[in-house]
Amino acid sequence: MKVGLKLFASLAAHLPAEARSSHRLDLDVEPGTTVADLIRRQGIPPDQCAIVLVDGVWVTQAGRAARALAEGEVLAIWPPVAGG
Amino acid sequence: MAWTKNVLRVNLETGSCTTEPLNMEWAQDYLGQRGLATKYLVSETDPKVDPFSPKNKMIFVTGPLTGTMAATGGRYSVVTKGPLTGAIACSNSGGYFGAELKFAGWDMVIFEGASAKPVYLLITDGKAELLDASHLWGKTVWETEATIKKYHQDPQIRVAAIGRAGENRVLYAAIVNDLHRAAGRSGVGAVMGSKNLKAVAVRGTRTDAYHLADPEAFFAATEAGKKVLAANGVTGQGLPTYGTQVLMNVINELGALPTRNHRDIQFEGAMAIGGEAMHEKRPTDGKANLITNGACFGCTIACGRISRMDPGHFSIKDKPQYKGASGGVEYEAAWALGAANGVSDLEALTYANFLCNEDGFDPISFGATVGAAMELYELGLLTKEEIGFELPFGSTEGMVRLAELTAVGEGFGKVIGLGSKRLCTKYGRPDLSMTVKSQEFPAYDGRGLQGMGLAYATSNRGACHLRGYMVSPEVLGIPMKMEPQATEGKPAMLKAFQDLTAVVDSSGLCLFTTFAWGLSDIQPQIQAACEGDWSEERLLLVGERIWNMEREYNLGAGLTGKDDNLPPRLMKEPAKTGPQKGAVSKLDIMLPEYYQVRGWTPEGVPTAETRMRLGV
Repeated sequence: MKVGLKLFASLAAHLPAEARSSHRLDLDVEPGTTVADLIRRQGIPPDQCAIVLVDGVWVTQAGRAARALAEGEVLAIWPPVAGG
Repeated sequence: MAWTKNVLRVNLETGSCTTEPLNMEWAQDYLGQRGLATKYLVSETDPKVDPFSPKNKMIFVTGPLTGTMAATGGRYSVVTKGPLTGAIACSNSGGYFGAELKFAGWDMVIFEGASAKPVYLLITDGKAELLDASHLWGKTVWETEATIKKYHQDPQIRVAAIGRAGENRVLYAAIVNDLHRAAGRSGVGAVMGSKNLKAVAVRGTRTDAYHLADPEAFFAATEAGKKVLAANGVTGQGLPTYGTQVLMNVINELGALPTRNHRDIQFEGAMAIGGEAMHEKRPTDGKANLITNGACFGCTIACGRISRMDPGHFSIKDKPQYKGASGGVEYEAAWALGAANGVSDLEALTYANFLCNEDGFDPISFGATVGAAMELYELGLLTKEEIGFELPFGSTEGMVRLAELTAVGEGFGKVIGLGSKRLCTKYGRPDLSMTVKSQEFPAYDGRGLQGMGLAYATSNRGACHLRGYMVSPEVLGIPMKMEPQATEGKPAMLKAFQDLTAVVDSSGLCLFTTFAWGLSDIQPQIQAACEGDWSEERLLLVGERIWNMEREYNLGAGLTGKDDNLPPRLMKEPAKTGPQKGAVSKLDIMLPEYYQVRGWTPEGVPTAETRMRLGV
């Protein structure tokens, strides 16, 4: 099953060098893979995952282990950031 | 006693500069800065005054924590009646100017009347005088600051000045201090221009300018506050590294990035103009746009962006003055100069931002007005002949040309300088102006983030993100996560944000501390600095009082509940793409509840009971 992973700001360091400018990596994962599974698999420190969106929709910290990704969905993650 | 307890009153008509004691009763009710200066303004002027009349006053004001060792304690505000909105204008700036004013011995400067000829105010320790500025009129902010420093042989003078935008009364002209920090919104620079006041130059070295109520407790409270800022992921790492610009991709992914005058809600060029892009090496010269970050007085966050442009970029090819390091784009500026008009050239945005700093005009209102002009052009309501060049969405050259023309009031720049409401009205489509109370939206779409829509509609100074930053709960999960499309609980949350923001804006602190600090972190700092009892409850009451005072001023100026509105596009045209697809603003559901939570009538007027409770 194909899913997308987008990592922004300092988390882009967890992407292969060739994917860093696009901030996006396309991955083949087992059906049933959850948000928490993918975070673990890619070696992203969970405590650095402050904003976690699947197709633009917020996934709570508690919900990450239960939220299974579906074919074609994109997981986007940011460390603690803000603006204004 | 962190106030100096001195007010400098400058009569520009007679040239007199006199010191009077600060009204300490008012200081106890309104704290300082935004609240206290607004109290002076509403007490001394008619809210119906023409903003450009000499009868309008303009107040430069610090807070009790300005110039102290509190983290970010360097803020000052400019309070007046705004020419863009016809409402209360209060624009807040950082840099080093505010602290310097405090060190010179004054909490605030009240400007009255208008000068017959251009002048600037020179303030040194305990002394103030108006000096001839004829030789400065027609010069940019940058030239003005350099000329003043050179003339007085003091590189440490801090200067807040208007550029040619303020002189030419661009309705969103800013006052710029320390070269690239600005009291940016609502046209306070145009009011300064109308008074023939070119600059305020300050040199303060007094160590006895103010006294802390309890120095030991203050040092402990500020030290504790700094530790909280350093340990927090946002204020300790996120903001210093990426600045506010890191939001570009967040808001775009979330489907709330207004694009092409709010026709769209996601921008295909967001990645190219966001915070991450500023770190990437350019293919042209192998260097990144961002050189380093920068901090204002006393700030331990340091979110400021210092950029250097690609020297080969078309916009600055023969202009060496723009090839050095200067203030780079922040999120709102990058959005307005970029996504709002479909331009994705980061170097062009940086150049336009340099021009906004150099000649003193608000990049948010400017960029958004260009976006409106582009839509009018695409609809055939504005022609190439009228503008002088083609202006479709996405025209980098068009945006850059207009940035060059606006401050100097040349060609079509003169019309752009009126702001989008007057522009769109002139061409028969006021509905295409993306404004509230004639002030342009910043970088969040009120359809994508329902709470922000309500915040815009109810902001006392027209559309603004800094009066109640509902992005915090709706996007960042601070202090708790609220769903972007939900309406439940948003009016009460917004009220709490608005009141707390009014407190922070009246203290001398930067609002960005609130990404890490709660009121329980701020209160001990104010308590230790200021005489009196400053409990959290009392501070929130002060915030609510300030909000209602501003509201009363606007009502007196002729605004009504009908002005708490959003453009028809946000109410009727559903978002086209992304996770918020199909959304329109639910303002009609939230606004009545907001009035109720505020203790206002269904028409948006504070009830007699609310007035009595707050003493407004």
